[in-house]
Amino acid sequence: MIQIENLHKSYKMGSNSLHVLKGINFSVKEGELVAIMGSSGSGKSTLLNILGMLDELDEGSYDLDGVPIKNLNETKAANYRNKFLGFVFQSFNLINYKNAMENVALPLYYQRVGRKERQEKALKYLDQVGLKEWADHLPSELSGGQKQRVAIARAMAAEPKVLLADEPTGALDSTTSYEVMDLIQKINDQGNTILIVTHEEDIAHMCKRIVHLKDGVILEDKKVDQVRADQYVQ
Amino acid sequence: MFSKDRWKEILEVLSSNMLRTVATAFGVGWGIFILIILLAAGKGLENGIRQDFNGVATNTMFMWTETTTMAYQGLPEGRNFNFKLSDVDLLRRNVPELRIISPRNSLRQAVGDNVIRGTESGRYRVFGDYPEIIEQNPIYTAHGRFFNHNDIKEKRKVVVIGDGIRQDLFEEDEEVLGEYIKISGVNFMVVGTYKEKTSNGGGENSERQIFMPFTTFSQAFNRSDNVGWMAITAKDDSSISLLTDKIVNTVKQSRKVHPDDARAIGFFDLFEQFNRVESLFGALQFVAYFVGILVLLAGIIGVSNIMLIVIKERTKEIGIRRALGEDPWSIKKQILMESIFLTILSGMVGIIFGALFIYGINLVLDSIGPVDMFLNPSVSLGVVLSALIILIVSGLLAGFIPANSAIRVRPIEALRAE
Repeated sequence: MIQIENLHKSYKMGSNSLHVLKGINFSVKEGELVAIMGSSGSGKSTLLNILGMLDELDEGSYDLDGVPIKNLNETKAANYRNKFLGFVFQSFNLINYKNAMENVALPLYYQRVGRKERQEKALKYLDQVGLKEWADHLPSELSGGQKQRVAIARAMAAEPKVLLADEPTGALDSTTSYEVMDLIQKINDQGNTILIVTHEEDIAHMCKRIVHLKDGVILEDKKVDQVRADQYVQ
Repeated sequence: MFSKDRWKEILEVLSSNMLRTVATAFGVGWGIFILIILLAAGKGLENGIRQDFNGVATNTMFMWTETTTMAYQGLPEGRNFNFKLSDVDLLRRNVPELRIISPRNSLRQAVGDNVIRGTESGRYRVFGDYPEIIEQNPIYTAHGRFFNHNDIKEKRKVVVIGDGIRQDLFEEDEEVLGEYIKISGVNFMVVGTYKEKTSNGGGENSERQIFMPFTTFSQAFNRSDNVGWMAITAKDDSSISLLTDKIVNTVKQSRKVHPDDARAIGFFDLFEQFNRVESLFGALQFVAYFVGILVLLAGIIGVSNIMLIVIKERTKEIGIRRALGEDPWSIKKQILMESIFLTILSGMVGIIFGALFIYGINLVLDSIGPVDMFLNPSVSLGVVLSALIILIVSGLLAGFIPANSAIRVRPIEALRAE
């Protein structure tokens, strides 16, 4: 599904440049649930941004489902993001003047799905995350866990090939974190490919594979026995 | 193009900070308000001045004799001369583009009253004319009739007097027609009264003239076949300004004036004068647009500014939307539409207030009666349409820079913004 070879990325900070990713080789198969771990500054978010086509790579290659991701203009990148990727952010990033259902329907709107179909689909995904009754609530009326579930529903609505989650539990307490992880595991169980950036060990162990990043290189890439989150959820 | 969701979003964004939106809108509304008022004021002035020309055949020149300044064909310089009635016929034959040629004479007494009726008297200017003069002067017969060609042929001693003279010499409800007045010792029967088509206030001298048949005038005041001056109107499809040379040269020849003697015959081209006034209206309109658009520009810059702030505030949202796969063009379009919508909406309010203001001014003008040189200030549908076009263009301009800056932000940076 994801194939990365010899990926380099550096940022220019004034006169000196900061080499963030120093040759990453990494691949993800369909249906995997991968945690990318590392301390801050290890380059894990940069890696995720490049995977999410929010940032460009300097060197190396990146194939997503057989499509080389290279020299994209903004329109094309937007199109690819919309078709291939779903994003979940640490700070939820819901649009605050749109209600839950409209937020979920947004990626479908960009796909020019008709209004009615859009709403139906959005409701279906809200139902999947257990928030159907909250469809017409604004983000400000939802709790953190609910917001993240709406965000996950939104990420899933476009039926992406890969779900990218950047510290999805970073802003949540542990109970809510486990609820969200439970949801993510269930989505993974349905065969969806998911990448999670996290620095929490327990969250990482709820994935099937952990990739450790340090100073821009992969330190360790191992399969783990998945800890199911539902045992912590009442 | 029309998308319910897009419009919903525009309304949501604009109404999310109502006070700011209204304050911004005020700038544009104010600009268009000023533009409308200026244009209406210009139009009012134009209407007022045009009314003075109302009924006057503007495709007209006046021609009179002066003193010759060059000797010619044995005749000395410094010679006084008159047009003759034969010149009128000559012009009719030689210049077929002319519609009306009115030979005119007039009598004006410097001191004392020249017109007497019973115990009343007054000093008025008296004209000897052909009936066609009523087409060249902005007057109409208010009562009775104007004199006709039979009166000319039979040299009847009939006159048409101005309504002002009727008021001077007659009692208010007294019958005028058939009554006699004495002009310079000769009795004339009043057959009609006239009024001016332009009743804008009027002065002491308005509607205080006397018209009589040309032939009667010549006989009564001993002018033989002399013609004082001529009022010459060209046909509608030719311009009098292009004919003046031909006309003047024709009479120069018949009056034995040196062809190069520029000062022997005086003339006044009303059409040219009229055109000059017309171009003044054009200039006025230009100034109105210029000033109005400058004021509007201030409002547009305001909108542009606010849009920039809005985008700054929504940087993160734009980042989210781009991460979700909205293409940059759609974002650009959204911002442009917000800007255009805001400009047009506020412009409409400005137009409405401008129209109400003009309506109020008209009510005031109506109630205090006619004002000199100012009449019915108004804006046409065309002006409103061009104002709308200006608004759309300015909305585009106002949104252009913010829209570009919105899509220039890279989604990753936008997402990082807190």
